[in-house]
Amino acid sequence: MLKIVVCIKAVPDPKEACNLKIDPVTKTLLRCDVSLVLNPLDKHALEAALRIKAETEAHICVLSMGPPEAGNIVKECMALGADEGILLSDPCFGGADAYATAYTLAMGVQKIGDVDAVFCGMASSDGATEWVGPEMAIMLDMPVVTMVQELTTCKGESWEVKAAWENGYRRMQVRLPALLTVTRDLNTPRALSFSGIIKARKKVITQWCLDDLGVPAERVGVKGSPTIVTEMCAVENRRTVAFFEGTREEKAEALLQKLIEGGVL
Amino acid sequence: MNIETSPIWVVAHQENCHLLPVTPQLVGQARKLADVLGTRVGVVLLGHGVDTQTEHLIAAGADRVYLGNDPDLAIYHPEIYTDVIVKLVNEHDPQIFLMGSTSVGRELAPLVAARLKTGLTAHCTDLGINRDGILEQKIPAYGGEITIVCPDRRPQMATVAQGVFPGPSPDNGRRGEVVPIQGPFPISGRIQTLEIVMDEPDGIPLDTASCVLAGGAGAGDLDGWSKIAELATILNAGLGCTRPAVDEGWAELETMIGQSGKMIRPETYLGIGLSGEQQHMVGVSGAKVMIAINSDKKSPVFHQVDYGIVDDCRAFVPVLLEKIRQYKEGQISCQ
Repeated sequence: MLKIVVCIKAVPDPKEACNLKIDPVTKTLLRCDVSLVLNPLDKHALEAALRIKAETEAHICVLSMGPPEAGNIVKECMALGADEGILLSDPCFGGADAYATAYTLAMGVQKIGDVDAVFCGMASSDGATEWVGPEMAIMLDMPVVTMVQELTTCKGESWEVKAAWENGYRRMQVRLPALLTVTRDLNTPRALSFSGIIKARKKVITQWCLDDLGVPAERVGVKGSPTIVTEMCAVENRRTVAFFEGTREEKAEALLQKLIEGGVL
Repeated sequence: MNIETSPIWVVAHQENCHLLPVTPQLVGQARKLADVLGTRVGVVLLGHGVDTQTEHLIAAGADRVYLGNDPDLAIYHPEIYTDVIVKLVNEHDPQIFLMGSTSVGRELAPLVAARLKTGLTAHCTDLGINRDGILEQKIPAYGGEITIVCPDRRPQMATVAQGVFPGPSPDNGRRGEVVPIQGPFPISGRIQTLEIVMDEPDGIPLDTASCVLAGGAGAGDLDGWSKIAELATILNAGLGCTRPAVDEGWAELETMIGQSGKMIRPETYLGIGLSGEQQHMVGVSGAKVMIAINSDKKSPVFHQVDYGIVDDCRAFVPVLLEKIRQYKEGQISCQ
């Protein structure tokens, strides 16, 4: 049976993320409540695993690192069809950069054991580094293909995938166990179903802390992060705006004149 | 090795044996940083038939080019490239190591960084040296800018998109050294690049277009988006977009403007139905004239442009299109 781990992240709702702002005076993040949602790209990673499960015998384990509230998002993945949900949660894990996050998740995958494939979204909407997947692959000593947009063949030990490339694509052959990061083009994720939600109620989320992973505290969270943020600053108004006023027709006329003046027309 | 004198390195990005513009741009910036630190610039160039490119790297500011010119390196292979680079870094201990935010760089950089157990900052929009000689890496975030450093581990690694730094004017009199990288380059059996296919990009290239339109979530749907595309065509302008337009499936990832996409400096920028997210605006802030259309007068985009139109772009763009058509017809009938 194929054992697939899907790494997911609970992120601030991208629709509300613009409320997260730097305070120009204190130069820290202004406190505000933004609800957590499943990182949009991770939905495609989970969907890929669910489609494989529909074809072959597979066990899907969703793995996430985050605060206890992220448990709801893991639960959501179980309602979508994942068999198992594991949340790595410990105060020590907080403040991790991409490297420490990759390490912690990799230790989670290692503890799960006998994993054939790891799927991740290619980036998270809040961090947007794209590093966690490939860095995990190194730590797990697995081959990796980033930005996968098509699973051409995923039967047997050797898979063929198509991945995004500047103005084109690349085709890769990769032997399991392997890690793939996926793009939006891979599939259209399914919506939550009522029966799924009911079934997920009975499923239990496993929570692992630092001691469960058996790793030293220096390797995770802030302490395990090679990079640190030293400064935050709000960006001042760069330009002063002049508004075109009047009716829609008048505004369009004013813009047309501006475009002619600027040599666009 | 004394960290202060160890070199600054860049990975050269090439396509069909020609350097991508991001390569001299990074070498030029590495040169500036190296001059601040009083150290040398090294460039790693991998491929087959790329030996003719070494002089361009030296002219752009490199002191030494590590050249891997071999049939086994002709096509990007994640594990072979990672192995070659990690081995070189371990031999020479660069203090700073930069790659482009290209398809190769975005995969290779984290593979190399994880192997070297060091930090990696994504898609920087500025790089400088602080008083302690540490690399300051700037990225846009939360409507502002944050500074990231990697104080203890080496090398300090970062990726940078094309267009962030200007290309240096080549100095053909500069001298540098070419150091061949010795093979063999053992093929890993567990992953293989079968082929890389590249198409000609559609439409007017964003990097060189004098007028660029960018559309965002305000387009509303595919219909709204197609009106914006029509406007780009009639204006002979490049058509870019923000992240939400890619998420909605209206536009290709390659046309995304901003920190993790294209960084451009057009004469005229017209932002349509977008909110002025820092990650996007940083990609066009060098434009000469900036114009935005947004239905919300309080939108942050209006703090970052020269001219503003408060209107729903879905209603406004068709009216503008009609005006432009009339103008163009008038032009023709006058001739």
